[in-house]
Amino acid sequence: MSTSVTKSPSTGITTKWAQLTATPVRRHFVAAVIGLIVIFAVLESVSTFRQSQLTSVAYLAIAAGGLTLLTGINGQLSLGHGAFMAVGAYTAALILRAQDGSWVVPVVLLAATAVSTLVGFVVGVAAARLHGPYLAGATLALAVAVPGLALYFSEYLGGEQGLTIPSPAVPTFLDDAMFFITGNDLSSTKFISYISWTLLVVVFFLLANVSSSRIGRRWRAVRDDEVAAELAGIDLGRARILAFVVSAACAGAAGAVLAMASRIAAPSGFTLVLSLTLLSAVVIGGLGTLAGALIGAALLTYIPPVVTNLGLDLGLSSLQSAELAPLVTGVFTVLVILFAPLGLVGSYRKWRFTRKFARKGEK
Amino acid sequence: MQQLLTILLNGVTSGMIYAAFALALVLIWRSTRIVNFAQAPMAMLTTYIALVVIDAGYSYWIGFAAALVSGLILGALVERLVIRFVDSSSHINAVILTLGLFIVIHALAAIIFGNQFRSFPAPFGLTGRTIGDMNIALTGYDIFKVVAVLIVFGLLVLLFRFTDLGLKMRASAFEQEVAKLLGVRVSRMLTLGWALAAVVGSLAGLLIAGGSLVHPGYMDSIVVFGFVAAVLGGLDSPGGAVVGGLLMGIGLSFVSGYLGQDLVALAALIILIVVLLLRPSGLFAGTAARRV
Repeated sequence: MSTSVTKSPSTGITTKWAQLTATPVRRHFVAAVIGLIVIFAVLESVSTFRQSQLTSVAYLAIAAGGLTLLTGINGQLSLGHGAFMAVGAYTAALILRAQDGSWVVPVVLLAATAVSTLVGFVVGVAAARLHGPYLAGATLALAVAVPGLALYFSEYLGGEQGLTIPSPAVPTFLDDAMFFITGNDLSSTKFISYISWTLLVVVFFLLANVSSSRIGRRWRAVRDDEVAAELAGIDLGRARILAFVVSAACAGAAGAVLAMASRIAAPSGFTLVLSLTLLSAVVIGGLGTLAGALIGAALLTYIPPVVTNLGLDLGLSSLQSAELAPLVTGVFTVLVILFAPLGLVGSYRKWRFTRKFARKGEK
Repeated sequence: MQQLLTILLNGVTSGMIYAAFALALVLIWRSTRIVNFAQAPMAMLTTYIALVVIDAGYSYWIGFAAALVSGLILGALVERLVIRFVDSSSHINAVILTLGLFIVIHALAAIIFGNQFRSFPAPFGLTGRTIGDMNIALTGYDIFKVVAVLIVFGLLVLLFRFTDLGLKMRASAFEQEVAKLLGVRVSRMLTLGWALAAVVGSLAGLLIAGGSLVHPGYMDSIVVFGFVAAVLGGLDSPGGAVVGGLLMGIGLSFVSGYLGQDLVALAALIILIVVLLLRPSGLFAGTAARRV
């Protein structure tokens, strides 16, 4: 393989490119760097409203990325990821209300991830022994139970109204640096948008590497055939718990960004519907693919305004129009499961794959 | 003493309703190996239909009947038009499908009937009675709940034990291929199973709604309680579902009475996990063989 590359007539650039993309880790790294550059260009050129929309795409994609790994690659269904997002959001809220400073954002993200990792471990230990509908039911119960905790401990967690969150201050050195590079001030909205997209790139880089590593192969083996995986020396429980913990950590980090962006953590933001639409996004995008998670998150962000406006144009009341978005999400989910269970990305890959083989057959 | 009695009575009446809902889940699980999470919004939808009929000036009983009949139709339609076509090679597909239906029916109800709380009438009194110097929190409506659920259980037992149709349904749930060879129209039996389950679910929805408020999400926590009750009973046994429902009702009533309403769902989660860790096949299941 390497000899054919060096023999090719084109010069150093292709060789370097081949070297850069030789292993999955390098490929993912190149993709991450390109992603960061694109994000920088986009965020600097769009309006504040678009920036906040993009923030929501990023944090939903972080949570969806964790979920798609858990469900698509490890075969565990979780209807409770909204609960882990709530854990992350409330952790972020409690820290941000008490602390402020240049380094508060990384602290918040790390703490939210750590707490949700811990909760994910506790739930994961139980979940690892469940399968199929039992796991679905248990995580469904989790999604319903967690908002109740915020009500029960209302003196600390704000009860029904939730906790308002001061937006984190933009560190001065970062503001100065950005002004030096772009000539624009770093507004608070843009700052959070940068945080959420940078986090997305980091998380997806890590998840992509995990997925193509030995750990990812073990998760797939457990999903496809428990007995064969166990015979091959894989500890089923450990693989399942690890997948659950990784996925919960992603959801917790996403919840922290959500809290910073929306400046509130309230039980009404983490209903069962959030968990279910998150799962829908992953299914529509394509289970087990990070690209699918990103597409699903983008659909969840951009479809509701379009559909709601359509409803208003058709003469529905604003309350009715607001319900059109979940209706469309639900209908899409049902259609995808019935007609293209691989989702958008999975179906596209399958189509490209079969076309490639058809061509080879002609030759 | 009085509080204890009140909690027990509440537990038994709500337990009967959880039992009915658990039974609806078990009926579908036995015939198609699917846990129908969409059962909750389906029951919510039929309860709204009853509310519309009652608000139009008809009596409670006509609304009651309308809800049960529409439950029958809705259950059959969902099975015929949607569930039948799922690719069941992966068990995840069917679960996600019922969740998709969950979102769809939820949103439809919110669009058609509005997203606000509406009160639902009760056919019997909602005041307790006094015996001696003790108040007993057993209302006329509570008695009606228990009796209604018992009647439905009785009818189901009659259907499955003593009729030809019930035998055919049991046969198609037990062994599809063999039932087909013996001339049972299995696909019809599956549709009928879904329809019957939806009727039982609708009954649970109606009974919970009576004398209280309805809202597109009012059944969301009930599906969790019903599911836990069904799992307590082994998910496969109708009798177990009833006992599981009663246990859940009493247990959650104690949590709600002594610890607080907000922890009820968490208690259900803890009960579920403890039961699944200690006896994964439920309290009443026989030895289950899992095919590898």
